[in-house]
Amino acid sequence: MTEDDSTIICRCEDITLGEIKQAVARGYATVDEIKHYLRAGMGPCQGRTCGHLVAQVVARETGRPVAEVWPMRARPPYHLVPFSTILAETGGTVAFPKVGD
Amino acid sequence: MPGKTYDAVIVGAGVIGTAVGYYLTKRGIRDVLILDKGYVSCGATGRCGAGVRQQWGLEMNCRLAKMSVDMFAGLSDELGEDIEFEQSGYLVLAYDDDTVELYRKNLKLQNSLGIPARLVTPAEAREIVPVLNIEGLVAATHCQTDGHANPFKTNFAYAHAAVREGCELHTFETVTAIETDVKGVRAVATDKGRYETRTVVNCAGGHAAEVGKLAGLKLDCFPERHQILVTEPYERLFDPMVISFVHHLYCQQVVHGAFIMGLGMPEAPGFNDDSGWEFIEAMARAVTSLLPILAGVRVIRQWAGLYTKTPDAQPILGEHPDLPGFYNAVGFSGHGFMIAPATASLTAEAIACGCTPELIAPLDAKRFERGDLVLEPNVV
Repeated sequence: MTEDDSTIICRCEDITLGEIKQAVARGYATVDEIKHYLRAGMGPCQGRTCGHLVAQVVARETGRPVAEVWPMRARPPYHLVPFSTILAETGGTVAFPKVGD
Repeated sequence: MPGKTYDAVIVGAGVIGTAVGYYLTKRGIRDVLILDKGYVSCGATGRCGAGVRQQWGLEMNCRLAKMSVDMFAGLSDELGEDIEFEQSGYLVLAYDDDTVELYRKNLKLQNSLGIPARLVTPAEAREIVPVLNIEGLVAATHCQTDGHANPFKTNFAYAHAAVREGCELHTFETVTAIETDVKGVRAVATDKGRYETRTVVNCAGGHAAEVGKLAGLKLDCFPERHQILVTEPYERLFDPMVISFVHHLYCQQVVHGAFIMGLGMPEAPGFNDDSGWEFIEAMARAVTSLLPILAGVRVIRQWAGLYTKTPDAQPILGEHPDLPGFYNAVGFSGHGFMIAPATASLTAEAIACGCTPELIAPLDAKRFERGDLVLEPNVV
């Protein structure tokens, strides 16, 4: 099966297979570099959907194992969360902080 | 390549290091090697808020900032890549009369240097940011020519231009030693090779003091964690960066649509860059107080990066007085990105001419020992 470079790999940021292959060709050879360069994995899914796909493409294009190209750092929150939920969960209020605090 | 002699070796491929490389090539110095133990933008640059402001209280800072803004404005064309620089302004909030007095004084200085900042009333502030809660606000200052850029795009654009103009860029290569002799810097050794050079530029961000130590120098700077977060993209709600020194907060909606916001909290010096729950809690309280509409906006990610702090929160620039050929562009204390173009260009000038540009002369590495601190009243 031929590969279609217009296939979208990172759906949050609309990054295609072709763009990822070009970035690897340019020397960006880890998932983190692809993320910083193209924004792949910076969207709402935080790489949970696209990360392993990007890793497979990078690994294949560079001839390295996936484990070597994919030490992506996970950060909170685990899911998208509105500020109002954080305030409710922590018993916080939206009171105006006192000047000088 | 190992064994080659370089005109200069730059340690660090963040915005400062790649920009110094680029500006060296503009001055005809092309045998330049840029080293990074990680990759382009993996440190403070790729984690910063990327605001660009000119509203400072010291003439030197105003001039460095204005020079940078003028350079940022032409940078996309010059480097051939869009860095998403937008002059969408900065709104600086004041909650008491003493602060307003200080800002009046600062404005006089800023205006005398051609920075078009102005004092606005709370009502005018709400015209600029319609969703701003102006409760308790006494006044604000606004400067339309301040703005922000995309830090990744700026860093990659500088890196690509530097390489195009002749620099070599080695990522995932760690500096292990800096050799010196009676004349000064002699060579840089890494985990992959050894490179002869008479000029080293320390642009190592949070790791600056360690790089100084490799050359036998004690640099007065240390890393300090600062936390920041990003929300999902949203329709455009307001243009300027909103900052409040009372809330220790800055918040900006970037070109992409996301809100990016940071909050200063007490931190111990160190390399810790973990994310803390206390930050997102404090941020939720602070930002929804100032900008209540954001209560419904969802947070995508919080992260942390390192400020490199000095005793006076001003950078260390220029050739080190104790080691010929060892240059520093470090210790920016949280405002390195915004003055990267000017400071990198002046660093390249210092190297090319073997002199210290007048504008950065007060920022030498030994000012702390002498007690010549450069104190800026307008820092977050």
